[in-house]
Amino acid sequence: MDKIETNKQYQDYVDKKTPNSPIIKNCFNAFWVGGLICSIGQLILDVCKFRGFDTEVSGTISSIILIGISAFLTGLNLFNKIGKFAGAGSIVPITGFSNSIVSPAMEYKSEGYVMGVGSKMFTVAGPVLVFGISASIIVGIIYLIFNTQSITLV
Amino acid sequence: MQKIGKQTIKFDKPQTILETASIVGPKEAQGPLAKYFDNLLEDEFWGEKTWEKAESKLIKQAVNLVITKSGIPADLIDFCFAGDLLNQCISSSFGLRELNIPYFGIFGACSTFVEGMILSSILTESGAANNVLFGASSHFCSAEKQFRFPLELGNQRPPSSQWTVTGAGAAIISSSGNGPFVTYATPGKIVDKGIKDANNMGAAMAPAAVDTILSHFKDTGRNPSYYDAIITGDLGHIGKEIVIEMLQTYGYNVKQNYNDCGVLMFDKEKQDTHSGGSGCACCATVFSGYLFNKLKEGKYKKILLIATGALMNSTSSQQGESIPGIAHAISIEV
Repeated sequence: MDKIETNKQYQDYVDKKTPNSPIIKNCFNAFWVGGLICSIGQLILDVCKFRGFDTEVSGTISSIILIGISAFLTGLNLFNKIGKFAGAGSIVPITGFSNSIVSPAMEYKSEGYVMGVGSKMFTVAGPVLVFGISASIIVGIIYLIFNTQSITLV
Repeated sequence: MQKIGKQTIKFDKPQTILETASIVGPKEAQGPLAKYFDNLLEDEFWGEKTWEKAESKLIKQAVNLVITKSGIPADLIDFCFAGDLLNQCISSSFGLRELNIPYFGIFGACSTFVEGMILSSILTESGAANNVLFGASSHFCSAEKQFRFPLELGNQRPPSSQWTVTGAGAAIISSSGNGPFVTYATPGKIVDKGIKDANNMGAAMAPAAVDTILSHFKDTGRNPSYYDAIITGDLGHIGKEIVIEMLQTYGYNVKQNYNDCGVLMFDKEKQDTHSGGSGCACCATVFSGYLFNKLKEGKYKKILLIATGALMNSTSSQQGESIPGIAHAISIEV
């Protein structure tokens, strides 16, 4: 190995030295755990429909149940273990959203209910809310403009 | 005491490390060095309501323990140095607020322990003090909370990430005693090689360690084989390899006697700690527990301890700043 002089050389060297995450294994676990969570959601949805709820209400019910379960598992210190194993598989579904709100709420309880739980609850999920809502507003405006010119997009 | 070379202090009258004490958390207690520590905790809270309080208790108890073990009455300890990773070093100042010993809060990130050791030795050698106490602490949970994400968040840690050691180490330096002696100290420069990945601290700090080690050898005229062990603070597995390879390019072969406290602390495979241990307590407890024991036993006669620190905070990371590293070396001989 030659002497490392510049920052660029060092960065390249470090990139070579640093092991990558096991991508194939991670993708595989994310795929099947994510699929399993979605299947559970679908199952709840179908049961609700079978019980006579319409599609919209059934969707809401299955979201609520999945959020409830992952909040509960977060409280039991189990969701982080699932997340460590499944990665995006448990983060991307609504379960991850629930976990990202409950975990800071638990973490910052020591700073009190107002400045701790209340203000820190959205430190992780906040950006998702801000940009998710912003994006939906922009899409809504675009839809409104085109829709008035009687071009049906959706 | 005099300055030799560019940045090394030579102690004319070597200062004695009188006694050390170490307390570690539950994960460290399952690691390969467990038997060397004075006190092993069963849980991270240690009977406290918050992790911050638990960390304060760690440093408080480690300091009390070292005073008890040394047999020196607390009022004969002239000054103390302590530091940690939490904002404004609250673990140290809250933990030691009832100590009644004149106190200096210091921050060198994970290099704090050796920073304290160097400053203590200077005080005792200069005649300003007879006995000086120093310590450092860190806590996995409080560090995760401050620097990363909530513990219960279900995310994955990259292979280069390190595990902050829960624990505290403390020691007393005395102007009289029969060793182990502090003979040389090489305070390090801030070195920033432009690494921005806060999940790769070992790589961010390794150039600082290399710089300090090179300066130490150049200033003292020593070479790696002089030491029984050359030990860095918390570079982990990746940083350790980088140090070996970079020193090689300068013609120093340290493969035989070099190791890292972060590597020694955990069993990488069994404990899932990825690149190894980190945090102020990593160097502090491995020295106070394991290395000091080896010096006392006579297994090691000369060691070079280089504590490494990453001088960043969560704001600087979010603003896209690179991570400046620092490394302080101290030569300890029996």
